[in-house]
Amino acid sequence: MNESSDLLAATFDESVNAFFEPISTAISTVVFYAIPLDFLGEGVELPLIVVWLVIAGAFFTVYLRGFQFRAFGQAVRLIRGRYDDPRDAGEVTHFQALATAVSGTVGLGNIAGVAVAISLGGPGATFWMIIAGLLGMCTKGVECTLGVKYRNEYPDGRVSGGPMYYLTKGLREKSPRLGTLGKVLAVLFCIFTLGGAVGGGNMFQANQAFSQAQSVTGGDDGPLGFGAAGAVFGLVLALLVGAVIIGGIRSIARVTDKLVPFMAVFYVVACLTVLFVNIDQVPEALASIVTEAFSPEAGYGGLVGVLIQGFRRAAFSNEAGLGSAAIAHSAVKTNEPATEGHVAVLEPFIDTVVICTMTALAIVITGTYADESSAPGVETTSAAFETVVGWFPVVLAIAVILFAYSTMLAWSYYGLKAATYLFGESMLVDRTWKLIFCVFVIIGASSTLDSVIGFSDSMIFLMALPNIVGLYILARVVKREINGYRERLASGEILPVAERR
Amino acid sequence: MSSSIVVGLDGSESSTRAAHAAADAARRHGLRLVLAYVVPWSPFEIHTAEENERRSIDRRQEIATAQEKFLDPVLQQLSTGGDLQVESVVRHGHAAETLVALAREHDAAWITVGRVGQSRVRTLLFGSTPSSLIQLSPVPVLVVP
Repeated sequence: MNESSDLLAATFDESVNAFFEPISTAISTVVFYAIPLDFLGEGVELPLIVVWLVIAGAFFTVYLRGFQFRAFGQAVRLIRGRYDDPRDAGEVTHFQALATAVSGTVGLGNIAGVAVAISLGGPGATFWMIIAGLLGMCTKGVECTLGVKYRNEYPDGRVSGGPMYYLTKGLREKSPRLGTLGKVLAVLFCIFTLGGAVGGGNMFQANQAFSQAQSVTGGDDGPLGFGAAGAVFGLVLALLVGAVIIGGIRSIARVTDKLVPFMAVFYVVACLTVLFVNIDQVPEALASIVTEAFSPEAGYGGLVGVLIQGFRRAAFSNEAGLGSAAIAHSAVKTNEPATEGHVAVLEPFIDTVVICTMTALAIVITGTYADESSAPGVETTSAAFETVVGWFPVVLAIAVILFAYSTMLAWSYYGLKAATYLFGESMLVDRTWKLIFCVFVIIGASSTLDSVIGFSDSMIFLMALPNIVGLYILARVVKREINGYRERLASGEILPVAERR
Repeated sequence: MSSSIVVGLDGSESSTRAAHAAADAARRHGLRLVLAYVVPWSPFEIHTAEENERRSIDRRQEIATAQEKFLDPVLQQLSTGGDLQVESVVRHGHAAETLVALAREHDAAWITVGRVGQSRVRTLLFGSTPSSLIQLSPVPVLVVP
């Protein structure tokens, strides 16, 4: 039975590979077009997409005068509900919008991505990752302000928004000529979102979840070692995803929603445990993160090489500039678009500045990044955890699977919004998309091939092209919204609920 | 001078008894009666994006259902005499905290709730609305068995 299932799995993999290989290569080459910087060291490249994202973050940080730093305090007050009208109890709060968005972003990027960055760029990559996270906070704030401002409120009471709406409505509002451009950008954005949802938001997650499940259960010799195990795992995962998104079984989603924040907290606690056990090495690790950011040891491609690794993985992790968050944040109950812009800056902060840095510290302190026996990834983080408590890797694997699951649920929604924008709101579109999504869970989990992973990564990043073009064009609108809100806040026109009369 | 009595309803028999007891007292003291149903909800629950999109609709439905199923029948019974000023309100939130907020808003003389016959284990694990009310309330709490 084993042999035939192995054979079956192999032929399945081959046909999937044959299908994806050319597409994957073509798209990856375009998206990750990189300028080779061989003079800095062998293999050092500057991927333009990373430049695109970082420049956007830097531009908005300067243009909005460090909005993400000024917004912080108010963001915290907003998520604590200080400005929520009690009459709106039962609607989507700022906290809920943020939490939904965060559970879609916190995931493998925080665990595997960071390990890759440090393995390839040394401890100094952490420094640049944090910088990129801080810049990404501003981009998120801009996106989500626009997401709420131009969201759709349907007659039946549903509320949804996202880049496709601010690209069309926002650009049309600026001038009719830009309206056509807006439509083109919105359609492009939606096409890329469909690809990103199937790829990075689904296949990549399913794939990594399976490989984690397989590795903690004993690898090739364990219960998940047989040939078709990936397909079986994928099928179960697809059923769990389908039960929620097609079957509407909310109780499963509710369990995940409760577990994901718990796992995120556990993850941070695990990292802190690693730090605490090695407390004497923390100053040294911090010092190496800062000094090696500017003068890395040989082999990491010099300053630029380290910087690229940090920036790239931060962008992968917090999704700032991709536009996905604008979809998740738009359902919030507020009359002030800028409030969600404020709250959204916390998302890259939690994701990158806190969680990624925790991972980085654990890896740097235990030195597991220097181990070249295995490919950098979840394994590196897992090894760092294992040095302290033996069973941490098992919990980490559970966390990875849960993070992957919640990310998949989030992206199935982003994809659905893109699909309904492109093909109209109908049951047919809804069901067709969700069914396709579930099929790709199985393909993702069962595939052992790099072509699939390459394809996944690249589609997500294409979303940043139309989205950021729109952000630049609408920069003044955002500035007006944010400054207007802050002025009314400063003048006392907008008061916390407790002080209203 | 207080002007009302707030009654927390949850569809249970004891809460209906509580409403009747409060109605008697309201007549005697010349107070308004505020029938309240609290839909369990927390601003810190986490939902999927799809649920968030539909939240406004769901909220409206929850309010309508609570009104029709739990408040209207009691409201009808109590207002037939015509000698009592009764109103009803549905609000989302934590049961005890929301009743306290309503008591403040309506200037209540006291809060009346029914005692829910639940097992000791359940009470130990999740507490009960009457016992948290006693801890939180700024006005007396009357628990009707």
